[in-house]
Amino acid sequence: MMESLMPELIRMVVAAVLVVAFVFLNAMIMGYLERKLSAHIQRRPGLMEVGPHGILQLLIDGLKLIGKQLVIPEKSDHFLFRLAPVLSFAPVVLPFIVIPFSRKLVIRDLDVGLIFILAISSLNVLTILVAGWSSNNKYSLFGAVRSVAQNISYEIPMLLSLLAVVLMTGTFSLQGIVAAQGKIWFFLIQPIAFITYIIAGVAETNRAPFDLPEAESELTAGYHTEYSGMGFSLFMLAEYANMFIVCSIATTLFLGGWRGIPLPFGDYSGIIWFFLKVYGLMVFLVWIRWTYPRTRFDQLMNFCWKYLIPFALVNVLVTAVLVKVL
Amino acid sequence: MSKKGYFTELYVGGKSLLVGLGVTFKACLQPIVTVQYPREKLDITPNYRGHIELRRDPESGECPCIVCGMCARACPSGCITVEGEKKEGEKGKTLTVFALDFTRCSLCGTCVETCPKGAIDFSQDYNIAGFTREEFHYDLIRRLEERG
Repeated sequence: MMESLMPELIRMVVAAVLVVAFVFLNAMIMGYLERKLSAHIQRRPGLMEVGPHGILQLLIDGLKLIGKQLVIPEKSDHFLFRLAPVLSFAPVVLPFIVIPFSRKLVIRDLDVGLIFILAISSLNVLTILVAGWSSNNKYSLFGAVRSVAQNISYEIPMLLSLLAVVLMTGTFSLQGIVAAQGKIWFFLIQPIAFITYIIAGVAETNRAPFDLPEAESELTAGYHTEYSGMGFSLFMLAEYANMFIVCSIATTLFLGGWRGIPLPFGDYSGIIWFFLKVYGLMVFLVWIRWTYPRTRFDQLMNFCWKYLIPFALVNVLVTAVLVKVL
Repeated sequence: MSKKGYFTELYVGGKSLLVGLGVTFKACLQPIVTVQYPREKLDITPNYRGHIELRRDPESGECPCIVCGMCARACPSGCITVEGEKKEGEKGKTLTVFALDFTRCSLCGTCVETCPKGAIDFSQDYNIAGFTREEFHYDLIRRLEERG
Protein backbone atom coordinates (compact mmCIF):
# COMPACT_ATOMS: atom_id res chain seq x y z
CA MET A 1 0.00 0.00 0.00
CA MET A 2 2.71 2.46 1.08
CA GLU A 3 4.91 1.65 -1.90
CA SER A 4 2.20 2.48 -4.41
CA LEU A 5 1.55 5.75 -2.63
CA MET A 6 5.18 6.85 -2.55
CA PRO A 7 5.64 8.04 -6.18
CA GLU A 8 2.40 9.99 -5.95
CA LEU A 9 3.51 11.57 -2.69
CA ILE A 10 6.89 12.55 -4.13
CA ARG A 11 5.15 13.98 -7.16
CA MET A 12 2.91 16.13 -4.96
CA VAL A 13 5.80 17.43 -2.87
CA VAL A 14 7.95 18.23 -5.91
CA ALA A 15 5.04 19.96 -7.63
CA ALA A 16 4.19 22.02 -4.55
CA VAL A 17 7.80 23.13 -4.08
CA LEU A 18 8.23 24.00 -7.76
CA VAL A 19 4.99 25.96 -7.93
CA VAL A 20 5.67 28.02 -4.82
CA ALA A 21 9.24 28.67 -5.94
CA PHE A 22 7.95 29.72 -9.33
CA VAL A 23 5.39 32.09 -7.82
CA PHE A 24 8.21 33.90 -6.01
CA LEU A 25 10.47 33.89 -9.07
CA ASN A 26 7.63 35.17 -11.25
CA ALA A 27 6.98 38.07 -8.89
CA MET A 28 10.67 38.99 -9.07
CA ILE A 29 10.79 38.83 -12.86
CA MET A 30 7.58 40.76 -13.26
CA GLY A 31 8.50 43.32 -10.63
CA TYR A 32 11.73 43.96 -12.50
CA LEU A 33 10.09 44.05 -15.94
CA GLU A 34 7.34 46.31 -14.70
CA ARG A 35 9.68 48.85 -13.15
CA LYS A 36 12.12 48.76 -16.04
CA LEU A 37 9.46 49.07 -18.76
CA SER A 38 7.60 51.82 -16.95
CA ALA A 39 10.88 53.68 -16.62
CA HIS A 40 11.68 53.41 -20.31
CA ILE A 41 8.17 54.47 -21.28
CA GLN A 42 8.75 57.58 -19.15
CA ARG A 43 12.27 57.88 -20.62
CA ARG A 44 14.05 57.15 -17.35
CA PRO A 45 16.72 54.45 -16.90
CA GLY A 46 14.84 52.80 -14.01
CA LEU A 47 16.61 50.37 -11.70
CA MET A 48 20.37 50.80 -12.07
CA GLU A 49 21.93 50.45 -8.62
CA VAL A 50 21.92 46.84 -7.40
CA GLY A 51 23.69 44.55 -9.84
CA PRO A 52 24.10 45.19 -13.57
CA HIS A 53 21.09 47.24 -14.68
CA GLY A 54 19.59 46.65 -11.25
CA ILE A 55 18.62 43.01 -11.79
CA LEU A 56 19.23 42.17 -8.13
CA GLN A 57 17.05 45.00 -6.84
CA LEU A 58 13.97 42.80 -6.46
CA LEU A 59 15.99 40.25 -4.44
CA ILE A 60 17.03 43.01 -2.05
CA ASP A 61 13.45 44.30 -1.90
CA GLY A 62 12.25 40.81 -1.05
CA LEU A 63 14.81 40.42 1.73
CA LYS A 64 13.83 43.81 3.09
CA LEU A 65 10.15 42.90 3.12
CA ILE A 66 10.87 39.60 4.91
CA GLY A 67 12.84 41.49 7.54
CA LYS A 68 10.10 44.02 8.22
CA GLN A 69 7.60 43.88 11.02
CA LEU A 70 3.97 43.12 10.28
CA VAL A 71 2.24 45.99 12.02
CA ILE A 72 -1.29 45.09 13.06
CA PRO A 73 -3.60 48.07 13.61
CA GLU A 74 -4.97 48.14 17.14
CA LYS A 75 -8.66 48.23 16.29
CA SER A 76 -8.55 45.77 13.40
CA ASP A 77 -9.86 42.24 13.47
CA HIS A 78 -6.55 40.60 14.36
CA PHE A 79 -7.41 37.07 13.30
CA LEU A 80 -8.83 38.00 9.89
CA PHE A 81 -6.10 40.59 9.36
CA ARG A 82 -3.44 37.91 9.70
CA LEU A 83 -5.44 35.36 7.72
CA ALA A 84 -6.16 37.50 4.64
CA PRO A 85 -2.69 37.52 3.03
CA VAL A 86 -2.34 33.78 3.46
CA LEU A 87 -5.82 33.28 2.01
CA SER A 88 -4.93 35.43 -0.98
CA PHE A 89 -1.76 33.44 -1.61
CA ALA A 90 -3.40 29.98 -1.52
CA PRO A 91 -5.82 30.36 -4.48
CA VAL A 92 -3.11 31.65 -6.83
CA VAL A 93 -0.93 28.61 -6.19
CA LEU A 94 -3.68 26.06 -6.93
CA PRO A 95 -4.38 26.91 -10.63
CA PHE A 96 -0.81 25.97 -11.48
CA ILE A 97 -1.89 22.35 -10.95
CA VAL A 98 -3.77 22.24 -14.26
CA ILE A 99 -1.78 24.66 -16.44
CA PRO A 100 -0.17 22.68 -19.29
CA PHE A 101 3.39 24.02 -19.53
CA SER A 102 4.21 21.55 -22.31
CA ARG A 103 3.02 18.25 -23.81
CA LYS A 104 4.24 16.35 -20.76
CA LEU A 105 4.82 18.97 -18.08
CA VAL A 106 1.50 19.36 -16.35
CA ILE A 107 0.92 18.48 -12.71
CA ARG A 108 -2.60 17.07 -13.22
CA ASP A 109 -4.60 17.27 -16.42
CA LEU A 110 -8.08 17.44 -14.89
CA ASP A 111 -11.10 16.95 -17.14
CA VAL A 112 -12.61 20.09 -15.63
CA GLY A 113 -9.33 22.04 -15.63
CA LEU A 114 -10.77 25.31 -16.86
CA ILE A 115 -13.65 25.26 -14.39
CA PHE A 116 -11.18 24.42 -11.64
CA ILE A 117 -9.04 27.48 -12.44
CA LEU A 118 -12.02 29.81 -12.67
CA ALA A 119 -13.54 28.50 -9.46
CA ILE A 120 -10.29 28.83 -7.53
CA SER A 121 -9.31 32.22 -8.88
CA SER A 122 -12.66 33.77 -8.04
CA LEU A 123 -11.80 33.09 -4.38
CA ASN A 124 -9.31 35.91 -4.69
CA VAL A 125 -12.11 38.49 -4.43
CA LEU A 126 -13.12 37.09 -1.09
CA THR A 127 -9.64 37.50 0.34
CA ILE A 128 -9.53 41.10 -0.82
CA LEU A 129 -12.82 41.70 0.95
CA VAL A 130 -11.48 40.01 4.09
CA ALA A 131 -8.34 42.15 3.97
CA GLY A 132 -10.28 45.38 3.43
CA TRP A 133 -12.86 44.63 6.10
CA SER A 134 -10.48 43.46 8.79
CA SER A 135 -8.17 46.48 8.42
CA ASN A 136 -10.86 48.73 9.92
CA ASN A 137 -9.79 51.57 7.66
CA LYS A 138 -11.95 53.56 5.27
CA TYR A 139 -9.49 53.33 2.37
CA SER A 140 -9.11 49.59 2.74
CA LEU A 141 -12.86 49.07 2.89
CA PHE A 142 -13.52 51.26 -0.15
CA GLY A 143 -10.83 49.43 -2.07
CA ALA A 144 -12.30 46.08 -1.13
CA VAL A 145 -15.85 47.11 -2.03
CA ARG A 146 -14.73 48.41 -5.39
CA SER A 147 -12.74 45.28 -6.04
CA VAL A 148 -15.72 43.05 -5.32
CA ALA A 149 -18.05 45.07 -7.56
CA GLN A 150 -15.51 45.11 -10.35
CA ASN A 151 -14.59 41.44 -10.14
CA ILE A 152 -18.16 40.23 -10.02
CA SER A 153 -19.16 42.18 -13.11
CA TYR A 154 -16.06 41.31 -15.10
CA GLU A 155 -16.35 37.62 -14.28
CA ILE A 156 -19.34 37.42 -16.65
CA PRO A 157 -17.68 38.51 -19.93
CA MET A 158 -14.64 36.48 -18.93
CA LEU A 159 -16.65 33.29 -18.55
CA LEU A 160 -18.64 33.99 -21.72
CA SER A 161 -15.51 34.51 -23.79
CA LEU A 162 -13.99 31.28 -22.49
CA LEU A 163 -17.29 29.48 -23.10
CA ALA A 164 -17.01 30.24 -26.82
CA VAL A 165 -13.74 28.32 -26.96
CA VAL A 166 -15.15 25.46 -24.90
CA LEU A 167 -18.11 25.21 -27.30
CA MET A 168 -15.70 24.76 -30.17
CA THR A 169 -13.48 22.17 -28.51
CA GLY A 170 -16.11 20.37 -26.47
CA THR A 171 -13.73 19.88 -23.53
CA PHE A 172 -12.77 21.66 -20.32
CA SER A 173 -9.41 19.93 -20.17
CA LEU A 174 -6.65 22.42 -20.94
CA GLN A 175 -4.51 19.78 -22.67
CA GLY A 176 -7.55 18.91 -24.80
CA ILE A 177 -8.01 22.56 -25.76
CA VAL A 178 -4.34 22.83 -26.73
CA ALA A 179 -4.66 19.63 -28.76
CA ALA A 180 -7.62 21.13 -30.64
CA GLN A 181 -5.43 24.02 -31.81
CA GLY A 182 -3.21 21.85 -34.00
CA LYS A 183 -3.99 23.63 -37.24
CA ILE A 184 -5.08 27.11 -36.28
CA TRP A 185 -4.83 29.04 -33.04
CA PHE A 186 -8.15 30.17 -31.66
CA PHE A 187 -7.40 33.88 -31.48
CA LEU A 188 -7.78 33.90 -35.27
CA ILE A 189 -11.18 32.19 -35.16
CA GLN A 190 -12.35 33.90 -31.98
CA PRO A 191 -10.86 37.42 -32.04
CA ILE A 192 -13.78 38.94 -30.14
CA ALA A 193 -13.54 36.33 -27.40
CA PHE A 194 -9.78 36.89 -27.18
CA ILE A 195 -10.06 40.68 -26.85
CA THR A 196 -12.93 40.35 -24.38
CA TYR A 197 -10.93 37.90 -22.32
CA ILE A 198 -7.83 40.10 -22.22
CA ILE A 199 -9.82 43.16 -21.14
CA ALA A 200 -11.72 41.19 -18.51
CA GLY A 201 -8.45 39.63 -17.40
CA VAL A 202 -6.88 43.04 -16.83
CA ALA A 203 -9.90 43.98 -14.75
CA GLU A 204 -9.77 40.68 -12.82
CA THR A 205 -6.16 41.27 -11.84
CA ASN A 206 -7.01 44.81 -10.67
CA ARG A 207 -4.41 46.39 -12.89
CA ALA A 208 -4.45 49.77 -14.58
CA PRO A 209 -6.54 51.07 -16.34
CA PHE A 210 -8.93 49.14 -14.07
CA ASP A 211 -6.93 49.54 -10.85
CA LEU A 212 -9.70 51.27 -8.93
CA PRO A 213 -9.37 48.95 -5.91
CA GLU A 214 -5.87 50.27 -5.25
CA ALA A 215 -6.11 53.70 -6.85
CA GLU A 216 -3.13 55.47 -5.29
CA SER A 217 -4.41 59.01 -5.67
CA GLU A 218 -7.76 58.24 -4.05
CA LEU A 219 -7.32 55.30 -1.69
CA THR A 220 -3.58 55.39 -0.85
CA ALA A 221 -3.18 51.67 -1.57
CA GLY A 222 -6.69 50.27 -1.36
CA TYR A 223 -7.27 47.00 0.44
CA HIS A 224 -3.62 46.53 1.46
CA THR A 225 -3.12 50.03 2.90
CA GLU A 226 -2.57 48.70 6.43
CA TYR A 227 -0.32 45.80 5.47
CA SER A 228 3.43 45.88 5.87
CA GLY A 229 6.27 43.41 5.56
CA MET A 230 5.38 39.89 4.49
CA GLY A 231 1.64 40.57 4.58
CA PHE A 232 2.05 43.15 1.87
CA SER A 233 4.45 41.02 -0.14
CA LEU A 234 2.06 38.06 -0.12
CA PHE A 235 -0.53 40.33 -1.73
CA MET A 236 2.04 41.45 -4.29
CA LEU A 237 3.06 37.86 -5.02
CA ALA A 238 -0.59 36.96 -5.44
CA GLU A 239 -1.16 39.84 -7.82
CA TYR A 240 1.71 38.88 -10.10
CA ALA A 241 0.88 35.18 -9.92
CA ASN A 242 -2.70 36.08 -10.83
CA MET A 243 -1.40 37.97 -13.81
CA PHE A 244 0.57 34.89 -14.82
CA ILE A 245 -2.51 32.70 -14.52
CA VAL A 246 -4.67 35.05 -16.57
CA CYS A 247 -1.99 35.20 -19.27
CA SER A 248 -1.43 31.46 -19.26
CA ILE A 249 -5.18 30.84 -19.70
CA ALA A 250 -5.13 33.27 -22.62
CA THR A 251 -2.11 31.45 -24.04
CA THR A 252 -3.64 28.03 -23.59
CA LEU A 253 -7.06 28.88 -24.97
CA PHE A 254 -6.24 31.37 -27.70
CA LEU A 255 -2.54 31.30 -28.56
CA GLY A 256 -2.01 27.58 -29.00
CA GLY A 257 -0.57 26.85 -25.55
CA TRP A 258 2.84 25.20 -25.80
CA ARG A 259 2.58 24.80 -29.59
CA GLY A 260 4.99 26.65 -31.82
CA ILE A 261 7.60 26.31 -34.50
CA PRO A 262 9.76 23.33 -33.44
CA LEU A 263 12.93 24.41 -31.67
CA PRO A 264 16.01 22.18 -31.42
CA PHE A 265 15.35 21.26 -27.78
CA GLY A 266 13.07 18.26 -28.22
CA ASP A 267 10.34 18.13 -25.60
CA TYR A 268 11.65 21.26 -23.91
CA SER A 269 10.79 23.54 -26.84
CA GLY A 270 7.11 23.39 -25.79
CA ILE A 271 8.00 24.90 -22.40
CA ILE A 272 10.02 27.63 -24.08
CA TRP A 273 7.16 28.53 -26.40
CA PHE A 274 4.68 28.54 -23.54
CA PHE A 275 6.77 30.89 -21.40
CA LEU A 276 7.57 33.12 -24.37
CA LYS A 277 3.89 33.58 -25.10
CA VAL A 278 2.88 34.09 -21.48
CA TYR A 279 5.60 36.63 -20.76
CA GLY A 280 4.87 38.36 -24.07
CA LEU A 281 1.29 38.82 -22.94
CA MET A 282 2.40 39.99 -19.50
CA VAL A 283 4.69 42.59 -21.04
CA PHE A 284 1.71 43.70 -23.11
CA LEU A 285 -0.31 44.13 -19.89
CA VAL A 286 2.52 46.19 -18.39
CA TRP A 287 2.58 48.28 -21.54
CA ILE A 288 -1.18 48.86 -21.21
CA ARG A 289 -0.82 49.79 -17.57
CA TRP A 290 1.72 52.51 -18.25
CA THR A 291 -0.19 53.88 -21.26
CA TYR A 292 -3.75 54.38 -20.10
CA PRO A 293 -5.08 56.55 -17.29
CA ARG A 294 -7.42 55.03 -14.73
CA THR A 295 -11.10 54.72 -15.70
CA ARG A 296 -13.84 56.22 -13.59
CA PHE A 297 -16.09 53.77 -11.80
CA ASP A 298 -19.15 54.49 -13.95
CA GLN A 299 -17.04 54.14 -17.09
CA LEU A 300 -15.76 50.83 -15.79
CA MET A 301 -19.26 49.48 -15.22
CA ASN A 302 -20.61 50.95 -18.47
CA PHE A 303 -17.84 49.35 -20.43
CA CYS A 304 -18.51 45.97 -18.90
CA TRP A 305 -22.31 45.93 -19.14
CA LYS A 306 -22.80 47.87 -22.36
CA TYR A 307 -19.90 46.65 -24.45
CA LEU A 308 -18.17 43.53 -23.18
CA ILE A 309 -21.18 41.46 -22.12
CA PRO A 310 -23.31 42.08 -25.25
CA PHE A 311 -20.36 41.36 -27.50
CA ALA A 312 -19.40 38.23 -25.59
CA LEU A 313 -23.04 37.02 -25.59
CA VAL A 314 -23.46 37.52 -29.33
CA ASN A 315 -20.13 35.82 -29.86
CA VAL A 316 -21.21 32.77 -27.84
CA LEU A 317 -24.50 32.63 -29.73
CA VAL A 318 -22.86 32.81 -33.15
CA THR A 319 -20.27 30.24 -32.12
CA ALA A 320 -22.95 27.87 -30.85
CA VAL A 321 -24.93 28.16 -34.10
CA LEU A 322 -21.85 27.67 -36.25
CA VAL A 323 -20.67 24.66 -34.22
CA LYS A 324 -24.11 23.07 -34.62
CA VAL A 325 -24.38 23.80 -38.34
CA LEU A 326 -20.85 23.00 -39.48
CA MET B 1 -27.81 56.18 -26.72
CA SER B 2 -28.58 55.67 -30.38
CA LYS B 3 -27.32 52.61 -32.22
CA LYS B 4 -25.06 54.74 -34.39
CA GLY B 5 -23.48 56.43 -31.39
CA TYR B 6 -22.79 53.05 -29.81
CA PHE B 7 -20.61 51.76 -32.63
CA THR B 8 -19.04 55.14 -33.40
CA GLU B 9 -17.93 55.40 -29.79
CA LEU B 10 -16.49 51.92 -29.92
CA TYR B 11 -14.56 52.71 -33.10
CA VAL B 12 -13.28 56.12 -31.99
CA GLY B 13 -12.42 54.84 -28.53
CA GLY B 14 -10.64 51.77 -29.84
CA LYS B 15 -8.65 53.82 -32.31
CA SER B 16 -7.53 56.31 -29.67
CA LEU B 17 -6.44 53.43 -27.45
CA LEU B 18 -4.23 52.09 -30.25
CA VAL B 19 -2.78 55.56 -30.85
CA GLY B 20 -1.99 55.74 -27.13
CA LEU B 21 -0.15 52.42 -27.26
CA GLY B 22 1.83 53.76 -30.22
CA VAL B 23 2.85 56.87 -28.28
CA THR B 24 4.23 54.90 -25.34
CA PHE B 25 5.92 52.39 -27.65
CA LYS B 26 7.78 55.18 -29.42
CA ALA B 27 8.73 56.78 -26.11
CA CYS B 28 10.07 53.40 -24.96
CA LEU B 29 12.52 53.29 -27.89
CA GLN B 30 13.75 56.85 -27.54
CA PRO B 31 16.91 57.64 -25.58
CA ILE B 32 16.75 58.29 -21.85
CA VAL B 33 16.62 61.95 -20.86
CA THR B 34 17.27 61.79 -17.11
CA VAL B 35 20.68 61.42 -15.44
CA GLN B 36 21.71 59.29 -12.46
CA TYR B 37 22.21 62.29 -10.20
CA PRO B 38 24.97 61.64 -7.71
CA ARG B 39 27.05 59.82 -10.38
CA GLU B 40 26.23 62.02 -13.37
CA LYS B 41 25.53 65.74 -13.25
CA LEU B 42 23.97 68.08 -15.74
CA ASP B 43 25.98 71.08 -16.97
CA ILE B 44 24.86 74.30 -15.35
CA THR B 45 23.75 77.09 -17.66
CA PRO B 46 26.44 79.85 -18.08
CA ASN B 47 23.91 82.39 -16.80
CA TYR B 48 23.76 80.68 -13.40
CA ARG B 49 24.60 83.15 -10.63
CA GLY B 50 26.26 81.32 -7.76
CA HIS B 51 28.46 82.98 -5.13
CA ILE B 52 31.24 85.19 -6.49
CA GLU B 53 34.64 83.86 -7.40
CA LEU B 54 37.91 85.52 -8.43
CA ARG B 55 38.82 84.85 -12.01
CA ARG B 56 42.09 84.82 -13.92
CA ASP B 57 42.89 86.95 -16.90
CA PRO B 58 42.91 84.48 -19.79
CA GLU B 59 46.04 86.12 -21.35
CA SER B 60 48.37 86.60 -18.38
CA GLY B 61 46.93 83.83 -16.20
CA GLU B 62 46.99 86.17 -13.20
CA CYS B 63 44.07 87.62 -11.24
CA PRO B 64 43.56 91.18 -12.51
CA CYS B 65 42.42 92.52 -9.11
CA ILE B 66 44.01 95.88 -8.21
CA VAL B 67 42.69 96.01 -4.61
CA CYS B 68 40.65 99.16 -5.28
CA GLY B 69 37.93 98.01 -2.87
CA MET B 70 35.07 99.01 -5.17
CA CYS B 71 33.34 95.66 -4.70
CA ALA B 72 33.51 95.85 -0.91
CA ARG B 73 32.04 99.36 -0.96
CA ALA B 74 29.36 98.47 -3.50
CA CYS B 75 28.16 95.43 -1.57
CA PRO B 76 24.82 96.28 0.10
CA SER B 77 25.27 93.53 2.67
CA GLY B 78 28.89 94.33 3.42
CA CYS B 79 29.94 90.75 3.04
CA ILE B 80 33.17 91.28 1.07
CA THR B 81 36.50 92.03 2.75
CA VAL B 82 39.40 93.09 0.53
CA GLU B 83 42.91 93.81 1.77
CA GLY B 84 46.18 94.38 -0.03
CA GLU B 85 49.72 95.52 0.58
CA LYS B 86 52.36 97.41 -1.34
CA LYS B 87 55.24 95.11 -2.25
CA GLU B 88 58.75 96.23 -3.24
CA GLY B 89 59.41 96.45 -6.95
CA GLU B 90 55.79 96.01 -7.97
CA LYS B 91 53.39 98.47 -9.51
CA GLY B 92 50.26 98.94 -7.41
CA LYS B 93 49.03 96.82 -4.53
CA THR B 94 48.98 93.04 -4.25
CA LEU B 95 45.89 91.23 -3.06
CA THR B 96 46.38 89.51 0.29
CA VAL B 97 42.82 88.92 1.57
CA PHE B 98 39.60 88.51 -0.39
CA ALA B 99 36.97 87.07 1.94
CA LEU B 100 33.30 86.50 1.19
CA ASP B 101 30.74 85.92 3.94
CA PHE B 102 28.24 83.96 1.86
CA THR B 103 25.77 83.69 4.75
CA ARG B 104 24.87 87.35 4.20
CA CYS B 105 25.30 87.58 0.41
CA SER B 106 22.07 88.24 -1.50
CA LEU B 107 23.55 87.35 -4.92
CA CYS B 108 22.67 90.81 -6.26
CA GLY B 109 25.77 90.93 -8.46
CA THR B 110 26.61 94.57 -7.81
CA CYS B 111 30.22 93.65 -7.02
CA VAL B 112 30.62 91.95 -10.38
CA GLU B 113 29.19 94.99 -12.15
CA THR B 114 31.35 97.54 -10.35
CA CYS B 115 34.69 95.77 -10.65
CA PRO B 116 36.77 97.93 -13.04
CA LYS B 117 39.04 95.04 -14.03
CA GLY B 118 36.50 92.28 -14.37
CA ALA B 119 38.25 90.27 -11.67
CA ILE B 120 35.07 88.83 -10.14
CA ASP B 121 32.69 86.37 -11.71
CA PHE B 122 29.81 84.16 -10.61
CA SER B 123 30.72 80.57 -9.85
CA GLN B 124 28.76 77.54 -11.02
CA ASP B 125 28.64 75.86 -7.61
CA TYR B 126 25.20 74.75 -6.52
CA ASN B 127 26.01 71.79 -4.28
CA ILE B 128 26.66 73.93 -1.24
CA ALA B 129 25.31 72.62 2.01
CA GLY B 130 27.13 72.69 5.33
CA PHE B 131 26.80 72.10 9.02
CA THR B 132 28.31 75.37 10.33
CA ARG B 133 28.21 79.05 9.38
CA GLU B 134 31.99 79.08 9.08
CA GLU B 135 31.81 76.78 6.10
CA PHE B 136 30.27 79.64 4.15
CA HIS B 137 33.04 82.13 4.97
CA TYR B 138 34.95 81.68 1.74
CA ASP B 139 38.59 82.61 1.21
CA LEU B 140 38.41 83.39 -2.49
CA ILE B 141 42.19 83.60 -2.99
CA ARG B 142 42.63 80.06 -1.73
CA ARG B 143 39.75 78.88 -3.93
CA LEU B 144 41.43 80.56 -6.91
CA GLU B 145 44.69 78.77 -6.17
CA GLU B 146 42.94 75.45 -5.69
CA ARG B 147 41.34 75.76 -9.10
CA GLY B 148 44.82 76.10 -10.53
